[in-house]
Amino acid sequence: MNVSQPLLSLRDLSVSYGTIKALHGVSLQVPEKAIVTLIGANGAGKSTTLRAISGLLKVQGGSVVYDGREITNELPHKIVGRHLCHVPEGRMVFSNLTVAENLRMGAYLRRDKGGIAEDVDYVYGIFPRLKERWAQQAGTLSGGEQQMLAISRALMSRPRCLMLDEPSLGIAPILVRAIFDQIVAINREKGITILLVEQNANLALAISHYGYVLETGRVILEDTAAALRQNPQVREAYLGE
Amino acid sequence: MEFLQQLINGLALGSIYALIALGYTMVYGVLRFINFAHSDVLMLGAFSAYYLAPAVARVLPLPSIGGALVVGLLACLICAGLGVLIERLAYRPLRSRPKLTVLITAIGVSLFIEYTGQHRAVFGADTKRFPELMPGTEFHLGSLIVGSNDLVVLVTTLLLLAGLWFIVHRTKVGTAMRAVSHNQQAAALMGVDINRIIAFTFALGSALAAVAGILYALKAPGIDPLMGVQPGLRAFIAAVLGGIGNLPGAALGGLVIGLLETFAGGISGLSNYRDGIAFAILILILLFRPAGLLGKVTVEKV
Repeated sequence: MNVSQPLLSLRDLSVSYGTIKALHGVSLQVPEKAIVTLIGANGAGKSTTLRAISGLLKVQGGSVVYDGREITNELPHKIVGRHLCHVPEGRMVFSNLTVAENLRMGAYLRRDKGGIAEDVDYVYGIFPRLKERWAQQAGTLSGGEQQMLAISRALMSRPRCLMLDEPSLGIAPILVRAIFDQIVAINREKGITILLVEQNANLALAISHYGYVLETGRVILEDTAAALRQNPQVREAYLGE
Repeated sequence: MEFLQQLINGLALGSIYALIALGYTMVYGVLRFINFAHSDVLMLGAFSAYYLAPAVARVLPLPSIGGALVVGLLACLICAGLGVLIERLAYRPLRSRPKLTVLITAIGVSLFIEYTGQHRAVFGADTKRFPELMPGTEFHLGSLIVGSNDLVVLVTTLLLLAGLWFIVHRTKVGTAMRAVSHNQQAAALMGVDINRIIAFTFALGSALAAVAGILYALKAPGIDPLMGVQPGLRAFIAAVLGGIGNLPGAALGGLVIGLLETFAGGISGLSNYRDGIAFAILILILLFRPAGLLGKVTVEKV
């Protein structure tokens, strides 16, 4: 893997919630077109890392470099404009808007009507359930369907890098399969770089190229996904063996 | 006939409350606090028209429909600007503070505008006679008397409601407003500049308040710096009655309050108690529907 010029890299990132330090100098690299995963227990700082990258949280120290540019503490709407897109934990679909309106919100910064229509067709193609429910309010969808919508909505911004926070959380197993298949497809077919946060380490390592293990706000381990799956420490703590 | 007459009066008054209530509810929708200074923007709308009218009269005939439109549009622009300014100076610096802080600031802004307005160098505390912007006539339908002003109020309100519905449901900025009102962080992650949407919301609500102020002054032509307090309070209650944050609810709530007030006032011997009766009914409605007439109790889906 070419780690010399990663698309996204964090250097010594630290973030606090009030007086409580949540990240103690996290460094990591996401090479272009790769799937990189952050695994770790609840409260390890996985979501915090994504929220700091996308500008939802203020960074106290260190830097976020994306596509060769420092974007530390830029406003979230500016960062989306750089085609670095964050699908937050809990999906956060606009439940008062229809499925189609949610998708249109995803394309908020775009002006190319033709391209937007193409992308709507694309996401309806990968998640046909959304097409069936296009006129429904997003709040009426099941958890899995909302996750499909959240990912689709993010794809509407034509991301170069997509950050997914717990896409499997609270979703029926059969839909988890479908969603993870599409994450792999998005990566392979569209060449979209993916930074994946998951509590389900098995699932995450199965589709990733590289992984980082976070514990109490620090990276304690990093390796290729294949090597992490063999690592005894990971197997015991995160793969439930 | 008596009933129809009161119905028309009530609808006209309620329309004005509806226009004001929309501003309260829109701001609540995006920021979750009650902008108590909204009622004073209404007063500033009336005063803008008061000072603009002589200037416009030099170029256009006044009273006339065209002249009134120009005065109204300019007053809308002024109030939209003032609304944005109030948000920028008073509320935005407190965006991350507890809502109570912002609420108290809103009361402070309201009192500031009211009492600054009463200073001799500003508007003065005395009641001023609002100029005639429209040629006024009365239509007699049998024993029914419909003032042209009431018609103007009803037609203007209908047009503005339709326009607002279009903006909120059929335009990009309106979709963004609804998105921001549901979840600011998620909207920001879509590339929405939250501050711009909030500013737009204040501009829109304040422009509606300007129109409401002018319409109110057309019906009751004595204007003073405290004129916004009474209609503002009723419109706020209308917004709560309809379900705060809900646009059709605000419009409906405005009409209900206007009708209640008018009908209660029309019962002989009770007219002094009309506010009491109107508010008693309001309390009863809220006892049985705490989320308001059209408000929904929202359930988070996991």
